[in-house]
Amino acid sequence: MPVFLFYLFSAVTLGFALLVVLQRNPVTSAMSLVVSFAGLAALFISLDAYFIGILQILIYAGAVMVLFLFIIMLFDIRAEERRRFNRTAVVGGAILVLAFTLVMAGVLSAHRDGRRMLQSVPLDPAAALQARAAAGVKLDSIDRDLANGEVPDVKLMGETLFTRYNFHLQVMGVLLLCATAGVIILSRREDRQAADRTPPGR
Amino acid sequence: MVTLNDYLLVSGLLFTIGLAGVVLRRSIIVIFMCLEIMLNAANLSLVAFTRFRTVDGVPDYNAQMLVFLIITVAAAEVAVGLAIIVALFRARRTVHVEDINTMKN
Repeated sequence: MPVFLFYLFSAVTLGFALLVVLQRNPVTSAMSLVVSFAGLAALFISLDAYFIGILQILIYAGAVMVLFLFIIMLFDIRAEERRRFNRTAVVGGAILVLAFTLVMAGVLSAHRDGRRMLQSVPLDPAAALQARAAAGVKLDSIDRDLANGEVPDVKLMGETLFTRYNFHLQVMGVLLLCATAGVIILSRREDRQAADRTPPGR
Repeated sequence: MVTLNDYLLVSGLLFTIGLAGVVLRRSIIVIFMCLEIMLNAANLSLVAFTRFRTVDGVPDYNAQMLVFLIITVAAAEVAVGLAIIVALFRARRTVHVEDINTMKN
């Protein structure tokens, strides 16, 4: 990937994330978040994680942001009126951010392994094919792609998901089911009239 | 040239922005968005590590599976969190965290 694309998408991701924090209108914040996540998806794709990148756009820019916008518009939440600035929060936040940035700079400057460039760790389909043959893993579709010199990201992801992490996938399904049931119970409006009509003692 | 540290720096800055938003903003919906930013910053560093630490010539798909699980849990968390916000707004008619102080005194 050209280097300037990395800087472009990093700037988009960080700039619009900053707008989320700085904008007063929640709708503007939500729209900025969409753009920020789209930039993040581009960064994922620049790291050869095509599946994760597409997932990022589908789930965050699609489903999650629609939920956010739906809630904001359902309740007609206005821009935050100018209140007295909470000085404790501002000072505490500034100290927290400064400390975190300093720690990060310290860790990254000492992290020699991180100076590796993307070009120095090229993807190697031939080595992957050999390793799969040595391990006795065989899946024609993936092997064909690897023999053609491609890395089939989605297929490899699916293979990992449905073989080694099959149990985790099912646990995820149960988690989503629980979340759905919880949301229904939380957002159910209590039917007061029906309760009033029921005679006491029953 | 793009190095691993570049990606980690972007990830850390993104996390810092989300952290600042959680501390500074008072609308609970925007706080929730900033939580999502922080989760995604963690995802970015995970994906960067998978790409720079290849296993047999392909990215480490075990860690990408972790990212997949994080995205799933985050989606469930958003649904439950927004349902809680809906219930809160119905009961108190506000989304400002400073107005929700029943347990303060």
